[in-house]
Amino acid sequence: MTRLTVIVLILLALAFTPLSCRPTGIKVGSKKFTESVALGEMIKSLAEDAKVSATHYRELGGTKLVYQALLNGDIDVYPEYTGTIAEEILGTEVAVSDAAMRDALAARDVLMSRPLGFNNTYALGMLKSHARELRIEKVSDLVRHPDLVLGFSNEFVDREDGWKNLKRHYDLPQRNVSGLDHDLAYRQLKLEAIEVIDVYTTDAKIGIYDLKLLEDDLNYFPRYDAVLLYRADLATRFPDAIDSILRLEGIISETKMMTANGHVELHRVSETRVASDFLDEELGVTVEVEEETVAGRIWDRTIEHLDLVRKSLIPAILLAIPLGILAAKNATFGQFILAIVGIVQTIPSLALLVILMPLMAYFGLASVGLGSATAVTALLLYSLLPIVRNTHAGLQGIADEYHEAAAALGLPPLFRLMQIELPLASRSILAGIKTAAVINIGFATLGALIGAGGYGQPIITGIRLNDTCLILEGAIPAALLALLVQGGFEISERFFVSKGLRLERGA
Amino acid sequence: MLELINISKRYGDLTALEPMDLILDAEKTCVLLGPSGCGKSTLLKVALGLVRTDSGCVRFDGEELNENNVLRFRQRVGYVVQDRGLFPHMTAEANVSLVARYLGWARERIDARLSELAELTQLPRESLNRYPFQLSGGQQQRVGLMRALMLDPDVLLMDEPLGALDPLIRSDLQSDLREIFRTLNKTVVLVTHDLHEAAYFAGKILLLCSGRIVQQGTIKELLESPKDPFVTQFISAQRTTLTGDES
Repeated sequence: MTRLTVIVLILLALAFTPLSCRPTGIKVGSKKFTESVALGEMIKSLAEDAKVSATHYRELGGTKLVYQALLNGDIDVYPEYTGTIAEEILGTEVAVSDAAMRDALAARDVLMSRPLGFNNTYALGMLKSHARELRIEKVSDLVRHPDLVLGFSNEFVDREDGWKNLKRHYDLPQRNVSGLDHDLAYRQLKLEAIEVIDVYTTDAKIGIYDLKLLEDDLNYFPRYDAVLLYRADLATRFPDAIDSILRLEGIISETKMMTANGHVELHRVSETRVASDFLDEELGVTVEVEEETVAGRIWDRTIEHLDLVRKSLIPAILLAIPLGILAAKNATFGQFILAIVGIVQTIPSLALLVILMPLMAYFGLASVGLGSATAVTALLLYSLLPIVRNTHAGLQGIADEYHEAAAALGLPPLFRLMQIELPLASRSILAGIKTAAVINIGFATLGALIGAGGYGQPIITGIRLNDTCLILEGAIPAALLALLVQGGFEISERFFVSKGLRLERGA
Repeated sequence: MLELINISKRYGDLTALEPMDLILDAEKTCVLLGPSGCGKSTLLKVALGLVRTDSGCVRFDGEELNENNVLRFRQRVGYVVQDRGLFPHMTAEANVSLVARYLGWARERIDARLSELAELTQLPRESLNRYPFQLSGGQQQRVGLMRALMLDPDVLLMDEPLGALDPLIRSDLQSDLREIFRTLNKTVVLVTHDLHEAAYFAGKILLLCSGRIVQQGTIKELLESPKDPFVTQFISAQRTTLTGDES
């Protein structure tokens, strides 16, 4: 009993000891495309130029998610586009005036900067050669080619200002439309698996892939002027910083932005470096750029990853074993709990993250960012099933003779559970924990979608930049960590499973 | 000492025990004899409160068994089963001392009792550090007996304690057991299907068939005045085997 208490206390300490303090300065967010990340880096550097510490949560999952994080106060500022604000965030007409937009945002304590200078609207793109072949110049030419295969980013398919209304506006006949990850779309286009994609007009890949942008001859696409969205309280919390950050207003032209994007995507220059070069050139702001080494980067990601795993796996263990015991002791409850944890396992991970975010915010927990409660809770839920099931099965599998012998000794139920039943089921329970750990380590890569860091970060960035090395930089350590943890559990069997059970089968 | 009054047990359509009384006298050895499935093991479990009966009650020293006193009662009764009774994840010593540790006995008291029991059951003290799988069948039974005797119970219930052993070890342990019963002067109930074993141990034998006590008495009474054709049949079946073995 005392040994158990000690183990539980150690586990709790391992799970809940804070690794680092929560950032105190300005929290900058960005979405998962190069331009947004580069702008995020500029914002961060400008805040630091005003002597305010800043943290940048890069590559967050999508508009809804980032905006929600801004409302929650998990981030303070992020780059956004006027078209997106009107359509996606406010859900109003695109033609809404700037003033109306500002008023609507102000009602939610969010302020909007003046435009940064460039208009990054949507456009449809095709390989130049292919467009020439089919003699397609403008969007309305697509009407003549009903068999074209269209591949759009998932966001574009769903958005109000995306495919749905574009199709209606131009009366487009194409039926073969698939939604896919934006970064994968370019590769699919190159492979001719799809023929038309959606692009952003400042996308550096337009040059790389030699794309023809189709003219929006019926004026469908609204303006997407880049602006900054920031929390109204920033003006009181960090007045100097926000003044410094707003120096970005009106200084970034389309060409400059496309060039910056190109540096990152074509020449593999880091967003940090591109941002600092830009600030140096335009504003005379010098920023020290610390170029991370590969080893340093892997180390940082490892710490972040382990942080997610420990915060989710350990509470999952402490929760799932009692649930498994209850399930084994009460058949009705057992059916119920096994069904619930089974269903949780089938919820797609991104969906679970989006469901959990507002819930976490409601409880005042960090919904995005490093080691965020959202990622931790999602991982915790995914880790329950194997442990609950194996605890249940391990206890159910104990031979009647042992139950009888224990009862005949005159031992009370709780003592029997702790001293006889759980030790007899220990091998099965440990196997469940091992499975949960491996699943957890794999799923933890998805934490990067909400800025939770970890090995998922280089994987997302690698997909975005089409950089296989970077993808492997996340995938290989994740696989190694899974193997390592699995090995660790093999060893811990010596500690948690009695020698009498371990050697029994060999004898 | 231990009284089972008007107890009966059915599993669905199957009658495990027909209504019966069983009174066990203090410091006597009684054998429940019968073919497999006759209800003798069930009877033992009823006596321990492990099986809930359809009717009747169990009394121990005049006190009726209920949910509140059953654990205390069981601590005053030792129970030995044929096999699989020892917990595989504990050493022999941990198995034997489990209840004493639960009751919070001091280390010295446990050690003293262990030595006493090891001597009584003639088990080498070092075997106690082994796990059940490292012990022979005979040693396991001795450990099982030690565990049953740990708290110095008033009653010892044994379910085919020699059933899983090979003949030589069996006869060894048989004589040791009889010696132990004689030394301890406890109420012993032993379940067996073996007529010779029954004759070897008991003054009083109860012969069971299909959940019913067919005859009770000494071995002599069973042999000389069988009350039922089944008694004759059961006895002659085992005698034939014996003559066959000897010829």
